Amino acid sequence: MDATNPLSDVRAAAPIRVRSGRRIADRVLRVSCLVATLIGAVVLGSILLMLILEGVKGFSPGLFVEPTPGPGSDGGGIANAILGSLVLTLIGIVVATPIGVMAGTYLAEYGRTSKLADLIRFLNDILLSAPSILIGLFVYTLMVRPMGTYSGWAGGVALAIIATPVIVRTTEDMLRLVPGSLREAGAALGAPPSRVILSVTWRAASAGIVTGIILALARIAGETAPLLFTALNNNSWFSPTLMGGVANLPVMIYQFALSPYPNWQSLAWSGALLITVTILALSVVARLVIKNPKAR
Amino acid sequence: MNAAPAITTAQLSGRSQADETAPVRIAVKNLNFYYGTFHGLKSINLDFRDRQVTALIGPSGCGKSTLLRTFNRIYSLYPEQRAEGEILLDGRNILDQKVDLNDLRARVGMVFQKPTPFPMSIYDNVAFGLRLYEKLPKAELDLRVEESLRKAALWDEVKDKLKQSGMGLSGGQQQRLCIARTVAQRPEVILFDEPTSALDPISTGRIEELIEQLRNEFTIAIVTHNMQQAARISQFTAFMYLGELVEFGPTNRIFMNPEKRQTQDYITGRFG
Amino acid sequence: MTALTEQIALARTESRLRKGPSPGLDALFRGAAFGSALLVLLVLVGILISVFYGGWPAFREFGFGFLTSSAWNIGTEQYGALVAIIGTLASALLALMIGVPLSLGIAVYLTQLCPGWARKPVGMTIELLASVPSIIYGMWGLFIFAPLFARFVQVPVSNLVEGLPIVGTLLYARVPSGVGILTAGIILAIMIVPFVASITRDMLDQIPTMLRESAYGIGCTTWEVVRHVLVPQASVSIIGAIMLGLGRALGETMAVTFVIGNANRLSSSIFDPGSTIASRIANEFNEADGMQLNALMALGCILFLITFVVLIIARLLVRRVKVA
Repeated sequence: MDATNPLSDVRAAAPIRVRSGRRIADRVLRVSCLVATLIGAVVLGSILLMLILEGVKGFSPGLFVEPTPGPGSDGGGIANAILGSLVLTLIGIVVATPIGVMAGTYLAEYGRTSKLADLIRFLNDILLSAPSILIGLFVYTLMVRPMGTYSGWAGGVALAIIATPVIVRTTEDMLRLVPGSLREAGAALGAPPSRVILSVTWRAASAGIVTGIILALARIAGETAPLLFTALNNNSWFSPTLMGGVANLPVMIYQFALSPYPNWQSLAWSGALLITVTILALSVVARLVIKNPKAR
Repeated sequence: MNAAPAITTAQLSGRSQADETAPVRIAVKNLNFYYGTFHGLKSINLDFRDRQVTALIGPSGCGKSTLLRTFNRIYSLYPEQRAEGEILLDGRNILDQKVDLNDLRARVGMVFQKPTPFPMSIYDNVAFGLRLYEKLPKAELDLRVEESLRKAALWDEVKDKLKQSGMGLSGGQQQRLCIARTVAQRPEVILFDEPTSALDPISTGRIEELIEQLRNEFTIAIVTHNMQQAARISQFTAFMYLGELVEFGPTNRIFMNPEKRQTQDYITGRFG
Repeated sequence: MTALTEQIALARTESRLRKGPSPGLDALFRGAAFGSALLVLLVLVGILISVFYGGWPAFREFGFGFLTSSAWNIGTEQYGALVAIIGTLASALLALMIGVPLSLGIAVYLTQLCPGWARKPVGMTIELLASVPSIIYGMWGLFIFAPLFARFVQVPVSNLVEGLPIVGTLLYARVPSGVGILTAGIILAIMIVPFVASITRDMLDQIPTMLRESAYGIGCTTWEVVRHVLVPQASVSIIGAIMLGLGRALGETMAVTFVIGNANRLSSSIFDPGSTIASRIANEFNEADGMQLNALMALGCILFLITFVVLIIARLLVRRVKVA
């Protein structure tokens, strides 16, 4: 795309007086852009409104202490699903954070000129948008089938695979923003590369790296597809060893929302409200952290 | 700058004279330097003497920073850069592959063009290098940090806020913090790469005074694009042009009575 | 003088020898970083191997016919991917047709028209749309959007086009329930909007202000600046952003599973239920065994290849501009 081309186009059109056709086209553009933006806002608003109206109805103390009830029965809560989601997300982020940060560090600090690093950077971007259900199939093949049972561990690993590329990408981007002079200054004091990274560059990029981790957390907290074949779900408290199905909010919502039982549907709405509010809050927090001047 | 008169005798007189008998700390022998295929330094031969300030001057791109960056081999962070020849530090060739780079860099400190405080407290900044090489008890570490900050003429300004971030200091203070950080390691040589180019005149003056004091203890090499600065603070001056060393000698002689035409043209502001 | 310096030098060397950073730790750190990076590569290869390995019996059994057969019969163990592939492509293309204009409109609004004070909150609103979990989009689509869509679009349009050629089949709802391929396309469109819009916005922001101002300076209207200056400048990366959106739409699972109706037959109307590769896997995988499981894995393999190609193109287009 030649940079001067579009401009010369416009120059050719310039001497013509402003005809009504131009005005109308401009007006149409302005209005349709506004409408497009309004549609986005209205959708977000209506989603939140729907969740609040339907979700709050089911809120009761029991929601947070009792496990999910059997089909067609009354009462119960979603405590097992909440706890399960916390456990799975925690496993996911605990596994993904060291791998993601280290991989991002490799790409930014060691692999600037290496072809292999270029390839990994590229594939990481692909993995970032890969269909999450395929990750479910992968972990099913990798863990569930050999172990012979669904498990929270498999669910956690599936979530970790989704979180890792997010952390890799943000870590690399943030480390690249750290000025090279800081690395040189570290090396000039006789610090080996690992020491410079650990005490200087990571520190300089810490706010950005934390943002990446929070974004990854927000991303995996609501993931359903990769859990379907890994952690599955469980209509009661799950085993402390995390073997067998482990209850979690997304799959619980999926199963209960599509069930014919009003009590289950109501619990699904409450769970949906809870999880959406949590994730939106995480996203907002992540954006606030990155605005902090310390992020540099 | 073009019309600026040559350096006057008055400017040169405030400074101690070159000691041409001082022992040689760094001896550069037939040094060539390459950025990929670009020949950045061409057969440089040069001696740096103990407790003397040697200034490297020359127009942008002449290789003066490149030369400075060979003395602690900081260039080796970038795989496409390489040096050939010999640089003897106290008789030992530091370009030898067997040399421990980290140890070399602890012995040859460097202060950069822009202040580079680390994102940590003032205290930790100064203690950073110390902690790498010496396991000191807390009390002794405190003493060394104070001593270094005093040598960098920063102690009085920061003694009450050692735990605050080094990034919160002014530009001139940050640069002195970086000097303190370098001094703390008790290096033998300190390299200054245009240390005042990002600073205001007052901060510049303080750094120059500081360099003059540090000369009592360290061998100093400084790159500067400011000829007056070279004249004010150095005992020896090397003029470089297009990757070659044009002329080297006591600062007085280089400025008052240069042998080469190119040197004279540069010093009188006819080019550069 | 000389003796003194030598003494000092000696003392210093001695003190240095006390402790230096261990080179072993440095190598360990570097190795750990490299290993982690390698893991990213291994995971991607692992995904490909697992779906190919799992799907291999189905590919071997049905051969090329797996791609062209619309059968999906668990009783007779006859499986074909055609219905799911068409459903996937149709819903994703519909999503692009609806989502791309919306995204471009939002990007232009945010970069050119929006008053300064509103840029941040409006931008934030659009970005938050990207954080809403897909299962929530599914619920919204099924419980809020589908009934409205059935009542105000499907029923009137079906009545209007009934009996007409082409549109009479394409836009006719036999059972106007609100769910179907078009509904899935609309929900997917909303889901890809925040991604496409925010990349496009970033690209438009990167265009030098001078170029924009010089166009305004010779009397261009906003429409003309957008049409002749901004869009041509950013076109490569906008196409990249669209491909990225396409990649997401192709693989999206939960939202689609809620609203597509999960029918196994091929229909000629976009108002009718259908299924996508992802929705079929989500629906059947846990109950499947034997050849059905292999067929589902084979579907996963096809989805991997389609999205992989789309995403590679997308990343190449987006990256090229970012580097330049």
